[in-house]
Amino acid sequence: MSGHSTYQPQNAFLQWFEKRLPIGGLIHSSFVAYPTPRNLNYWWTFGGILSFMLGVQIITGIVLAMHYTPHVDLAFKSVESIMRDVNYGWLLRYLHANGASMFFIAVYIHIFRGMYYGSYKEPREVLWILGVIIYLLMMATGFLGYTLPWGQMSFWGATVITNFFSAIPGVGEAIVTWLWGGYAVGNPTLNRFYSLHYLLPFVIAGVVVLHVWALHVAGQNNPAGIEPKTERDTVPFTPYATVKDGFFIAFFCIIFAWFVFYTPNFLGHADNYIPANPAVTPQHIVPEWYYLPFYAILRAIPNKLLGVCALFGSILILAFLPWLDTSKVRSARYRPLFRQFFWLFFAVCIGLGYLGAMPAEGIYVTIARVLTFYYFAHFIIVLPLLGIFEKTKPLPNSISESVLSKA
Amino acid sequence: MTMHRAFIALALATSLGAVGAAQAQEHAPPQPPAQKWTFSGPFGNFDQAQLQRGFKIYKEVCSSCHSMSLVSFRNLAEAGGPGYSEAQVEALASEYKIADLDDKGQPIERAGRPADNFPSPFPNAAAAAAANGVAPPDFSTLAKARTYERGFPWFVFDIFTQYQEQGPDYIHAILTGYEEPPKGFTVPSGGHYNKYFPGHVIAMPPPLTDGQVTYDDGSPQTLEQYSHDVAAFMMWASEPHMVARKRIGFQVMIFLLVLTGLLYFTKKKVWSAVH
Repeated sequence: MSGHSTYQPQNAFLQWFEKRLPIGGLIHSSFVAYPTPRNLNYWWTFGGILSFMLGVQIITGIVLAMHYTPHVDLAFKSVESIMRDVNYGWLLRYLHANGASMFFIAVYIHIFRGMYYGSYKEPREVLWILGVIIYLLMMATGFLGYTLPWGQMSFWGATVITNFFSAIPGVGEAIVTWLWGGYAVGNPTLNRFYSLHYLLPFVIAGVVVLHVWALHVAGQNNPAGIEPKTERDTVPFTPYATVKDGFFIAFFCIIFAWFVFYTPNFLGHADNYIPANPAVTPQHIVPEWYYLPFYAILRAIPNKLLGVCALFGSILILAFLPWLDTSKVRSARYRPLFRQFFWLFFAVCIGLGYLGAMPAEGIYVTIARVLTFYYFAHFIIVLPLLGIFEKTKPLPNSISESVLSKA
Repeated sequence: MTMHRAFIALALATSLGAVGAAQAQEHAPPQPPAQKWTFSGPFGNFDQAQLQRGFKIYKEVCSSCHSMSLVSFRNLAEAGGPGYSEAQVEALASEYKIADLDDKGQPIERAGRPADNFPSPFPNAAAAAAANGVAPPDFSTLAKARTYERGFPWFVFDIFTQYQEQGPDYIHAILTGYEEPPKGFTVPSGGHYNKYFPGHVIAMPPPLTDGQVTYDDGSPQTLEQYSHDVAAFMMWASEPHMVARKRIGFQVMIFLLVLTGLLYFTKKKVWSAVH
């Protein structure tokens, strides 16, 4: 599906260079001539938005790292000195902290879009699994980053999450001690978290390259869920996709800027403005909003080991989605029953997110158990059976036909 | 069908929210009443006179127990703050004694300079706790470190209304929330009953009363006014660049709106050929 490169540089130096390293042709075939389905809607701009956000996070992060001190006695102060004394330090930090949230909003939309239009199905299984790996790396990076300001939520969040591993029978305690670099969350923990928080975004960038590569081999899925057949079904990436992505990235930046400049602490937690204190446990230890559905799943299960297994299982199950969904039809547009179940699943995820923020007691636990059951049932029961019993609508003959029939 | 599904989703979300609200009411203290602040909203700005009054309260009352170790004297003269002149700040700083070393490496106490941070009333947290029962929290980030549960759906609306003054509202509520405990409620010794404090028993005795601090600008010398002024000052101490942030934010918004508009029409023009 890589676009045929028509790249022929006019400039003599570029011709000379192209013969020795054809990078111009690679960029041209990937981002200029690359054919994209002409019926993509705005839900397809989130790949571009995510690349943009990764760039924002890396650039702001590198500058923040120049001013940050990873030491238990100095971390909180150094973050406050960024907020107070570094020129535009408040802007860098708020961009970075809110940027993480925007990154996750975009990735959730991107994932749900893939689920709705069946973008994980053959021949895009590897593309999808690479996406799940990126998502896992993002969760790790976000968690590590949240510990760095060394506020109360940083410290206690790190304590709770690393303690997950103590559930492993036999070696659990040893693993936790190894992770901490001591017998409690302390300075060695903060140092290694900082080191890994700096490393992982570049790992993400590497997997993103593979993700885009796999995308360019299989080609993009589209709202109709059928493969392009003729040239009339596609348009070249530039200018069509570039200008569309550019417009929507700018629109996305308005929302981003709203949080950064007007409600910069809305998505954070007030307790993280209290310096970490191992002697005082916060009333409620709540992770960042983007982990809340998984936190609800963890707490819904009374056994610690099983809870941790369910937590990781709820993410890993995504990797098996291409084979759990037995339907040959990709797009929910032509799957009336799947569409209903998709929105039910979406509501369940939102519900779990809400419950993750609530104390684990009384009615909340009961509802969380029901929703956790449904979360897994969606993958293990609903999707395999739907493919067998669902009566799908007839697919259009081509992308251009589906576009024209709508117009 | 779409409407139908949206309704189910909404109903689910609402019922969850209602359960949450009902649960929260059982053991949480009442919500602090929302106050009017000059610094709220997209064009919010600190009131210089209010910050100066708030600082006076901090200096004369709060600072005998509460540190403010991340704030420097020079901050008081910086843009978007209480607006003292550099000479005033220099004079103010020199009133304080700062621990330092002399040329021979011997510990001394010298007069403060604008670059110094506010000295703390206790040498360390343990000493502060020993003298007060509980270590009084540092003021530097306190207005951002205190909040209360907004609950569903209010926390969603807050994104749009930009309500984010939970901290100052809470501080104002605590300062004005001391009252007689209800019948049957026993306050342990060393504690004080406060309507808005979680659990209602706070270690801090009522710090402010009517007429305690003298204002030179004719503002009412009441507990109500004091609480507002010191909460506003604490908000500034926690977020000293807030005014610049909101000003730049407005410029960024205008830029982004124009850019998005231009890109929208460019996109329309480019795609008109294929649609």
